[in-house]
Amino acid sequence: MEFKFTEENLTRIENARKKYPTALAAVMETVYIAQEQNGYISNEVMEEIANVLSIDKVNVLSVVTFYTMYHTKPMGKYHIQVCTNVSCMLRGAYEIFDGVKEKLGLDHMQVSADSKFSLEEVECMGACGYAPMIAVNEEYFENLNKEKVFEILDSLK
Amino acid sequence: MEKIVLPGIPDFNQIEIYLANGGFESARKAFAKTPDEIIDEVKKSGLRGRGGAAFSAGLKWSFMPKTTDKPKYLCINGDESEPGSFKDRQIFEDNPFQLIEGAIITCYAIGAKVAYLYIRGEYNKWVKLMQKAVEEAYARGFIGEKMKETYGIDFSCDLFIHKGAGAYICGEESSLMNSIEGLRGYPRVKPPFPAQRGLWGCPTTINNVETITNIPAIIKNGWEWFSKIGAPKHPGTILFGISGHVNKPGVYELPSGTLLTDLIYNVAGGVPGNKKIKCVIPGGSSMPPLRGEQLEGVRMDAESLKEVGSAIGTGGVMVMDEDTNLLKVLLRISHFYHHESCGQCTPCREGTGWMEKILHRIDEGHGTSEDLDLLIRVANNIEGNTICALGDAAAWPVKFMITRFRDEFEKYVKKDISIPVPNKVHSMRETARPLADLHK
Repeated sequence: MEFKFTEENLTRIENARKKYPTALAAVMETVYIAQEQNGYISNEVMEEIANVLSIDKVNVLSVVTFYTMYHTKPMGKYHIQVCTNVSCMLRGAYEIFDGVKEKLGLDHMQVSADSKFSLEEVECMGACGYAPMIAVNEEYFENLNKEKVFEILDSLK
Repeated sequence: MEKIVLPGIPDFNQIEIYLANGGFESARKAFAKTPDEIIDEVKKSGLRGRGGAAFSAGLKWSFMPKTTDKPKYLCINGDESEPGSFKDRQIFEDNPFQLIEGAIITCYAIGAKVAYLYIRGEYNKWVKLMQKAVEEAYARGFIGEKMKETYGIDFSCDLFIHKGAGAYICGEESSLMNSIEGLRGYPRVKPPFPAQRGLWGCPTTINNVETITNIPAIIKNGWEWFSKIGAPKHPGTILFGISGHVNKPGVYELPSGTLLTDLIYNVAGGVPGNKKIKCVIPGGSSMPPLRGEQLEGVRMDAESLKEVGSAIGTGGVMVMDEDTNLLKVLLRISHFYHHESCGQCTPCREGTGWMEKILHRIDEGHGTSEDLDLLIRVANNIEGNTICALGDAAAWPVKFMITRFRDEFEKYVKKDISIPVPNKVHSMRETARPLADLHK
């Protein structure tokens, strides 16, 4: 499927480009913008990023496959990220993760059939003092327990 | 008690309030001095980096070449991905302008025209908060081309935010530079050090967010004032992020050299259910853990922690009570470092995987005492044999956890330990409500 950036996003890329002496340095921000527009980074998207920045496609690929926040396949409308690292684990994160797995019927990096939810067990999100936590897309929810997490999931339409 | 980085003034993150409390006056004061005088001042203050290595900030700045035809850069490290560390986001949230002011002063001191503030991708909200603050500082002429007019000087610098995308390794300084350049976050071989060859091959200084935020206060009050706060060899305040089994986890700014027991029991409200402490990791998950019996008299500064065989790291204190299953904790830590190893160096790429697999075997009940020795051997073969410090960070928890808790790990392999409900404490805390009664 062909992919083209919107005019508005092209302006954003142009602004990102201005921050750096090289076009390559703007690739991370451009991939974010592409992911925001397209939902995930397909081959076509990578080609267009390389086009727009006039860089080699391999440079886009190497970045997309290195950083965990870029997705090469579609995720759910609500991407549920449960931190299970030590500080969260000490306060019951696995109970939450197991509970969410069961409730959504999903495992790590799986997407529900209706594309509403996807689940990811994530590494430390920097919320250790407010553990346990989950993130839904880009938003943090902290000081949780299983019941509160279920309430959050139920509120997502 | 002195608060430098998080002064706790209401709405301090609003530019009006920041200005009303002397905001950007330190920058003005700094511009009346020469860059060398500022470097000297910071050197004499004794300020040490808050990102983990506790290296003298002023000394680091002095490594920047004075004469070069290349542009110079400042990178501010806000990648903050070490498990147990969550202090920088508090600065982004509560004191963004002091960070910006610190960046301006640092740029002037090292002669950089551009500073990049690297913030981890997951901190999307805090990236936005910082972006807003930076835009306001630009609009008011405190930074950028307009600062020449504002301060009446012939110097200007820019500050750009670079958002990461989920890679622990990018907190390593050379990896961070590669990430800014648009490459994979692979650490670089040192030497050459960043001051000689950093971003795009140009002289670069990399400092932690908390380190930079200290700078305006040092310029304002002088090096002598700063050097008298806390522990003489590691002066100033430190943001301690305390998490795990304590009643009031959170970020607390305290003088360096604060007693660890004071931090846990007086500041963080002690352990839920008054349980005993089994283990404390004092500086983020990669630092060697301490036994509960070892905590008395331990002070939270670089030198004191070195004496007891650990390190200050990022000041991220993780507390584990007597019911904690340390095997599960170590397994989780090892999984993390295996996941985050960038894969460049064989000892780290393979070793972290093997350590995780061996710990899995023990966890599944097939472990032996020899496995514990094997783990230490693998850890020793990683340590010191990699390009960057992630290798050491992966090796230390394994090596020191098993050595210091050998008695307990022997029980895990012999399966004669029974921990009824391991690692299940729920906070349900609104702000700082005690956990104890909810645990029943």
